[in-house]
Amino acid sequence: MKSIVAEHLVRTYRNGEVKALNDLSLDVEEGTVLSVLGPNGAGKTTVVRVLTTLLTPDSGSATVGGIDVLKHPEKVREIIGLSGQYAAVDETLTGWDNLVMFGRLYHLGKKASVTRADELLERFSLTDSARRPIKTYSGGMRRRLDLAASLIVQPKVLFLDEPTTGLDPRGRQEMWGVIEELVKGGVTLLLTTQYLDEADQLADDIVVVDHGKVIARGTSDALKKQVGGERLEVVVDAAHISVTMEAVAKVSGHAASLDEGLRKVSAPVTTGATALIEVLRLLDAGGIHPLDVALKRPSLDDVFMELTGHVAEDQVVVTDSARAKKKDKKSNEKKSSKKKGAQS
Amino acid sequence: MNALMDALIITKRQLLQLARVPEVLIFSTIQPVMFVLLFRYVFGGSIATGDPGGYVQLLMPGIFVQTTAFTLAATASGLAEDMTKGLIDRFRSLPISRSALVFGRTLGDGLLNVVVLAVMGIAGFIVGWRPSSGIFKIGLAFIFLLAFGYSLSWVGIFAGLSARDARVVQNLSFLITFPLTFLSNAFAPTTGMPRPLQYVAEWNPVSTMVAACRELFGLQNHFGATANSFPSQHPLTMSLIYMVVILAIFVPLSVRKYSHANKK
Ligand SMILES: Nc1ncnc2c1ncn2[C@@H]1O[C@H](COP(=O)(O)OP(=O)(O)O)[C@@H](O)[C@H]1O
Ligand SMILES: [Mg+2]
Repeated sequence: MKSIVAEHLVRTYRNGEVKALNDLSLDVEEGTVLSVLGPNGAGKTTVVRVLTTLLTPDSGSATVGGIDVLKHPEKVREIIGLSGQYAAVDETLTGWDNLVMFGRLYHLGKKASVTRADELLERFSLTDSARRPIKTYSGGMRRRLDLAASLIVQPKVLFLDEPTTGLDPRGRQEMWGVIEELVKGGVTLLLTTQYLDEADQLADDIVVVDHGKVIARGTSDALKKQVGGERLEVVVDAAHISVTMEAVAKVSGHAASLDEGLRKVSAPVTTGATALIEVLRLLDAGGIHPLDVALKRPSLDDVFMELTGHVAEDQVVVTDSARAKKKDKKSNEKKSSKKKGAQS
Repeated sequence: MNALMDALIITKRQLLQLARVPEVLIFSTIQPVMFVLLFRYVFGGSIATGDPGGYVQLLMPGIFVQTTAFTLAATASGLAEDMTKGLIDRFRSLPISRSALVFGRTLGDGLLNVVVLAVMGIAGFIVGWRPSSGIFKIGLAFIFLLAFGYSLSWVGIFAGLSARDARVVQNLSFLITFPLTFLSNAFAPTTGMPRPLQYVAEWNPVSTMVAACRELFGLQNHFGATANSFPSQHPLTMSLIYMVVILAIFVPLSVRKYSHANKK
C-alpha cells in the first residue's frame, strides 16, 4: 500500500515565473521513510505544504493515507503530523502549555491532553524545561518540542521538513536518534533534507529534487551505483605496481589507473566483495602484499553533484561550510575524507 | 460545538500569553488611563462645556470609544504576528475548523477590552467622572462599547490577514483609527471644524458611538452644528447599524480570506 502518492504536481509563483514544483511525482510505501533531498529552493517545503493541505497546487493530484488531499483536506489532517522547517510553537508559552493546547485542539480532552503532554516531554527529554517559555529554549529543544507537538495523536503519516537544519552537531545527533525511534514504531515518514548524510542515515528511499523536479530516485545504494558504481583500490610498494595493475585490470575487465604519488592502483568493478577477494588471491599468488585494499563506493555527495550539476555543488559547499562554522569538526573531517576517497 | 470549543482554546491561549507576559496587559491599560489623565488635566481646562460636572463627563465616553477602536490594531497585529511565524501552518494542519483561530482571537481581544474598560472606568471615576443615568443604562453602554470593539476586531482580522509583516499592519491600522477617533466628537465639539469635515465627523461611527454612550451615561446629546441628520438624531440606532454592517462584511470576508490564504 502506498501511504503517500503525489502525481504531476505543479505550483508556480509570481505568475508562473517561479516554478516551485514542476511536474513533481513521488510515492511512499506504507511504513517506510522517503527522503526528499535537494538544495535550497528546490521545492521541498512546497511539496510538503501541498501534501499537508496547506497549499493548493496549480495542477496535479495527491493522496495521503489513501485520502485525496485536495478533495478531503480535513480528513487528511486527522491522520498526519507535520513538523515544519521553522519551529511552529507559541514562543511566549511554555513547552507544557503548547503541548496541552495542541492536545486540546486535537480534541483529546483536558486530562488526556495533560497526560500526553507529560509523556511527550519525558520522551523528548524536555521535562526539566517544560515550565519555561519556548523563547528560552535552544534550537534543538525547540525542534524536539515541535516534533512532539506533531506526535500528539499518533499520526499515520509524518512529514518533517528539514528537521535538523540549523542545529548544532549534538542537536542533530539527538534528532536523528529520535527520528530513528519513531521509524521503528512503524510510522510512514517523508523527510526533506539538504544534507546527504542525513538522507543516507535515515531514509529507505531517496528522491533527489532540483528546480521542482525529481531528477533521481532510488535507495542510497542504487543512487550511488547510478553515478558510477564501485572502484577497487589497491596500494602497493613501488616495485609491485606493474604486476598489481595487471591483476586489477584482470579482475575489473577495464584498464587500471594509477595514482603515482599514492602508489594507488584502481579500476571500476561490478562484482563487489568478490572482486576484492579475487584480486587478493592473485596478488598473494604473486607474492605481493598490498599495503591497503579497498572497495570504494561513491558518496551521496558525488551523486548529488553528478545529478544536479554546479548549482547543487555550490549548495553542498555552502552546507559544508555552514556546518564547519558550527564547529562540527568531526563530521567535517569525516566528510572531507569521504570526498578524498571518492576523488582518488 | 467543536468549532466553538476550538475557538475557546485559542482564546485561552491568548489569556495564557497575557499571564506569561503580564507587561502586555499592563501597558494596554496604562495607555488609555494616561489618555484620561492627559485630556482631563491638560486640555480639560481649555475646553469649555455647558455641562454640569464639566469636561470629564464628555471626555470619558470619547476615551472609551477611542480605546475600543484601537482593538482593530491590536487584533490585526496579533494575528499578523501569528501569520508570519510558522505557527499558523501548525494550526492549519490540525483537524480543527478553519474559523477557530480567527474567531478565538476576536473573543480574546474582546475579553481584554473588558479588563481595559473596567480599569479606565475606575480611573475616570477617580478623576470625577459620574454617569448620571441608572445602572442598567450604564451597563448597556459598556455592552455597546464591547460590541463596537468586537466588530472592529473583525476588520483587524482582515487587515492582519492582508499584510505580510506585523509591523506594517500595526502602523497601517493606527493610520486608519487615529484620524477616525479625532475626526469625531470624541474630544471636542465638531462645531469648530470646517464645514465639510463636520459632515465626515457626523457620519463617523466613532461619533455615533460617542454620542450613543453619552446618551446612555445620562448626558445631553452633544453633536455638531449640522445636528439634524439621521446619525445625530439616532446615534444608538446608527451605531448598531454600523456594527451589523461591519460584521456582515468582514466576518465572511475574513473567514474566506483565512481559509484561502494558502492560495497565496
Ligand atoms: N510564497 C512564495 N512566493 C514566491 N516564491 C516562492 C514562495 N514560496 C516559495 N517560493 C519559491 O519556490 C521555490 C521553492 O521553494 P521551497 O519549496 O521553499 O524550497 P525548499 O524548501 O526546497 O528550500 C523557491 O524558488 C522559492 O523562492
Ligand atoms: Mg524549505
